[in-house]
Amino acid sequence: MTAPALSTQGLNRRFGSLVVANDIGITLPQGARYALIGPNGAGKTTLINLITGMLRPDAGIIRLGGDDITALEPEQRVRRGLVRTFQINSLFPHLSPLEAVTMAVCERQGVAQTWLKPLTAYKDAIDEAYSILESLTLAPVCYRITRELAYGQQRLLEIALALATRPKVLLLDEPAAGVPREDSAELFAAVANLSQDITVLFIEHDIDFVFRFASRIIVMVDGRILVEGTPEEIAADARVREVYLGGGRHG
Amino acid sequence: MSANSTVAGPHDYLRSQQRWNSLEIVFWLATLLPFVLAPDYLSLASQIAITALFALSLDLILGYAGIVSLGHAAFFGFGAYAAGILAKHGWGEPITGLLFAGVAAGLLGYLMSFVIARFRHLALIMITLGFGFLLLELANSMGWLTGGADGLQGVRMWPLLGFFKFDLWGVTAYWYSLIVMFALFLVSRRLINSPFGLSLCGIRENAIRMRAIGAASRWHVQKIYTISAAMAGVAGALLTQTTETVSLGVLDFQRSADILVILILGGAGRLYGGLIGAIIFMVARDQFSGINPQYWYFPIGILLVAVVLFLPNGILGGMAQVARSERWRRWTGRLVPWRR
Repeated sequence: MTAPALSTQGLNRRFGSLVVANDIGITLPQGARYALIGPNGAGKTTLINLITGMLRPDAGIIRLGGDDITALEPEQRVRRGLVRTFQINSLFPHLSPLEAVTMAVCERQGVAQTWLKPLTAYKDAIDEAYSILESLTLAPVCYRITRELAYGQQRLLEIALALATRPKVLLLDEPAAGVPREDSAELFAAVANLSQDITVLFIEHDIDFVFRFASRIIVMVDGRILVEGTPEEIAADARVREVYLGGGRHG
Repeated sequence: MSANSTVAGPHDYLRSQQRWNSLEIVFWLATLLPFVLAPDYLSLASQIAITALFALSLDLILGYAGIVSLGHAAFFGFGAYAAGILAKHGWGEPITGLLFAGVAAGLLGYLMSFVIARFRHLALIMITLGFGFLLLELANSMGWLTGGADGLQGVRMWPLLGFFKFDLWGVTAYWYSLIVMFALFLVSRRLINSPFGLSLCGIRENAIRMRAIGAASRWHVQKIYTISAAMAGVAGALLTQTTETVSLGVLDFQRSADILVILILGGAGRLYGGLIGAIIFMVARDQFSGINPQYWYFPIGILLVAVVLFLPNGILGGMAQVARSERWRRWTGRLVPWRR
């Protein structure tokens, strides 16, 4: 058995007296598809912030492919293949998608330091960026300014930027957040089509999609993990029904 | 930028973003006009070229990387003094003096960049402002080196390339300043059109996302800040060399504020914004102070408010908006068919 792609052990974090992460331990095997669900305020996004280094844990260890990365800066974690997307679009409003994704590719290749040659000389980086955009159906709009794209297209660009870093582990924070239900199919297709080499942990409120796509589901409540299991186990779990499925989405 | 370029491939699109356009060529040819049309104003023209270079250096950090500075005169002044002190102590060769000043200011900028890279927005305004005051007071108190409030006397420049003397009419001064400015403009242009330049825009647009795509943002910021400081230092050195004197005014807060005004007036983040802004500001100042030497900032104030009200992205930003508009496209499309 190889080391798990990502694991956490005893992660704790509090804001004053509010405990937002309470002894979080998760283990994602290579190539896994895990969903993270739970009512609003359960600490799902906080957990992603902790894992990616945007928040420091008060205690606990984060391992990526067996290496302890707890002390690394966010950008160092990204360079090791731990990448996230954002629930609220975090894009480059005045750059075109092609420029933004090319930039991400250049940063990954380490050529973003150089300025002796013009950007147009880095043909392979541009081609790679374009093909990522093409695979996410963004090619027709990739020359427009990001700010002018439709909302759903901006959500796809979130994923495109993450893919340009060639992630090993991808944390998707509500990829379809804010997209009307009837338009979300494209985003779910994009998530479903991710390469099997990428280990995926995703937060999502669309229960149909979660149950269809995730191999295992982690349920969080009040900063701790309530239960983890296969979709069947979760569906049958009385506690989950009570706090989440039964109590309504905003319970 | 163009709406109907979807048919072109990604390489063509990016290349079209970076191509020299005809207006740019016209602009640079026009910089030669003062030699013919206004030979009495070559000293002013030289000051404009120096100010334009200074504004360009600020544009690299403010317009591209989004690093606010209210103390950029620190580097301008440091370069000015470096060049002046070198010349005063017996080495009056202009070009090596320019390099010396650029390196000196660049080193100072590099040291400063460790602080700069950790902050943004308001904190940066305070830090750069404080740093500017600090340097001004240092220069003021170190009279033995800088001449203090009396200014640095005894700066004697050797002829440029051993042949062209700095004359009273500013002929040498203008073409010297113009060539240096153009050369550093070319450097800036390449810089902006490189992967590095693109990452700078990324930092301006969304610093948090830059970290989330693994960008080496802090190092990018340090690098551009160093380059910008060196360029500001070269601009300061040009002023010293073409006027053969240095006063405390090179480090003054007013200079930091003016250069910010110039950049915003012309349009930040557009490479030419600082140049256009410098021309308008300096010519306006020259004309207005001729009419009323005491209150010449009054019309400058009106100009600034008007520009910010009606052209929030500066004069060049406003022009770009017109050029993008449908009506203008149709109109020019008829006149110049090759422009799509």
